Amino acid sequence: MNAALSIMIFDENRIRAAIIEEGLREAGHTQVVLLHDIVGLARQIELIGPDVIVIDIETPNRDMLEHLFQLTRSVRKPIAMFVDRSDTLSIEAAVEAGVSAYVVDGLRKERVKPILDMAVSRFKAFSRLQQELADAKSALEERKIIDRAKGILMKSRKLTEDEAYALLRQTAMNEKKKLADIAQSVVMAAAILGS
Amino acid sequence: MSFIPTGIDQYKSGLTAPATIRTESAKLVRAGFIPLVDAAVLIAASEFGFAAREGIQIDLVKDVSWANIRDRLAFRQFDIAHMLAPMPVASALGLGSNPSPTIAPFMLGRGGNAITLSVELYRRMQEKAGLAGHEDALTNAKALKLVIEEMRAKSEALPVLGMTYPFSSHNYELRYWLSAGGIHPEEDVKLVVVPPPMTSDALSAGAIDGFCVGAPWNMVAVSREVGRIVAVKEDIWPSSPEKVIGARPEWAEQNPETLSRLIVALDRAAAWCDVLDNRRDLAQILAEPRYLDVPFDILHRVLMGRFTTDPNGIERTVPDYFTFHRQGANFPWISQAQWIFSQMVRWGQVTYSPEAHRQVASAFRPDLYRSALGSRADIPVTDVRIEGNAEDDVFIDGATFDPEDIRGYVARSPIRNTGAGTTDQSDV
Repeated sequence: MNAALSIMIFDENRIRAAIIEEGLREAGHTQVVLLHDIVGLARQIELIGPDVIVIDIETPNRDMLEHLFQLTRSVRKPIAMFVDRSDTLSIEAAVEAGVSAYVVDGLRKERVKPILDMAVSRFKAFSRLQQELADAKSALEERKIIDRAKGILMKSRKLTEDEAYALLRQTAMNEKKKLADIAQSVVMAAAILGS
Repeated sequence: MSFIPTGIDQYKSGLTAPATIRTESAKLVRAGFIPLVDAAVLIAASEFGFAAREGIQIDLVKDVSWANIRDRLAFRQFDIAHMLAPMPVASALGLGSNPSPTIAPFMLGRGGNAITLSVELYRRMQEKAGLAGHEDALTNAKALKLVIEEMRAKSEALPVLGMTYPFSSHNYELRYWLSAGGIHPEEDVKLVVVPPPMTSDALSAGAIDGFCVGAPWNMVAVSREVGRIVAVKEDIWPSSPEKVIGARPEWAEQNPETLSRLIVALDRAAAWCDVLDNRRDLAQILAEPRYLDVPFDILHRVLMGRFTTDPNGIERTVPDYFTFHRQGANFPWISQAQWIFSQMVRWGQVTYSPEAHRQVASAFRPDLYRSALGSRADIPVTDVRIEGNAEDDVFIDGATFDPEDIRGYVARSPIRNTGAGTTDQSDV
């Protein structure tokens, strides 16, 4: 079997799907199809007859796919998830990354493994990016709330900016809490007390 | 971890379970589950101290699909899992996308499913068959047949019905109910898989015209005024197996004591869940976001079997909509694994062979259940029985199932798959 492998990526997250597609194309795979919607999936699978389907493990639609495989009495029986059952490490990596896959029975594992590895590493990279974005957002939120708390203290206690900040930090240390949490309390108290 | 003693004490007397031994550190058991009411016994075992008393800590992991549950159990991410009863049977027969050995030593109770049709389709049945609203499940199926005949005559699109998984009680129950009403599930309707939480949306969007899924999704569809409940599991076959605790045989062999203590914990939790006075506490826990994330009110009504079947307010009470423990509800009857097998043969998922018949018997493990709980009045002494033969346990079509005669049983079913899957092609 030397023909190019046909790969289908089913992911409701379009950005992530595009990232995986790009990786596969870079690796020389030309027959890659992206699907984002369960509607019409059955027809697409019938039409394309993919060798490998990469699917997000978080989607409940896996059960629908398995029903489709049951209905099509094709000899090309898809096997769930992993090429090598004995490779626990790669299984764990895939589950953690959130990747699941179906591979047509009989494909040599040397051909499929790089595809799955690629999907796993791109899924991981994507969630790392998302985490970084979420962290950056919350850091920004924290800075905003600390600035507001400083402003409230400066006004009500007639402090300089540095003194207001020092007071917040000292309180946080005394209370064993995060600076942002103390700032949040100050802002909330001010809102309730109307100062 | 809190232990709420309500109701458990009355079950203590008469139990001859092994004494519980607490080891220094609790044994961790990783358990996958799908957010459904029938995961209640597993969740209660963890939440209300039954597992802790046996020296077990259950690490509950919520999942989104049965395919994930199967794979993560197979690949050792879980030690045990909340599973559909047909899943270990399918694995024993090598069916599905990743069949790997799975055993069921404990059933998670009975009941919980229902069949819901769109309000529109049901109103049409009312008009066509003169239904007043309190008819039984068989009358409803026959009314649906009349509507389908009319649809055919007018060249309308035939109904699309949703279920949860190819190897599910829902698939076989829906097909059983349709067939009892004279409807061929492969010719007169189209069956599709719809994840249970999406059933109401799919119904209101017109993507499906009905579905068979577990609680609480039928009630949710009625409360959203898109669905009409036309049958519950008890109407089709009260003893019908539903969910099980699935485990890898090699894990069971390597951890016999943990498994045994787990079965004891599940047995106590099931007895507690059966007490109606405890169902308020149970509903409260199940309602939490980390479990079902469904309003308490709906869960409590479902657990009490108090149904609104029609958005117009028609009510129905099903006293045993959930039986978690009584009447041997946790006993893994081998004859029930064989009934599941008979339905797989009936619908062409597998071909009958004596070898397959033997393989199926290894999927359910009453021996492990018995060895954990000892002998007790409510634990059956045999593994196999004729199903549907008791006065309070009949199939909707009145048939009885003799596990010794699966081929005859399937051949006598007037409606069945007659394609390549079945061995016998005699009638219809």
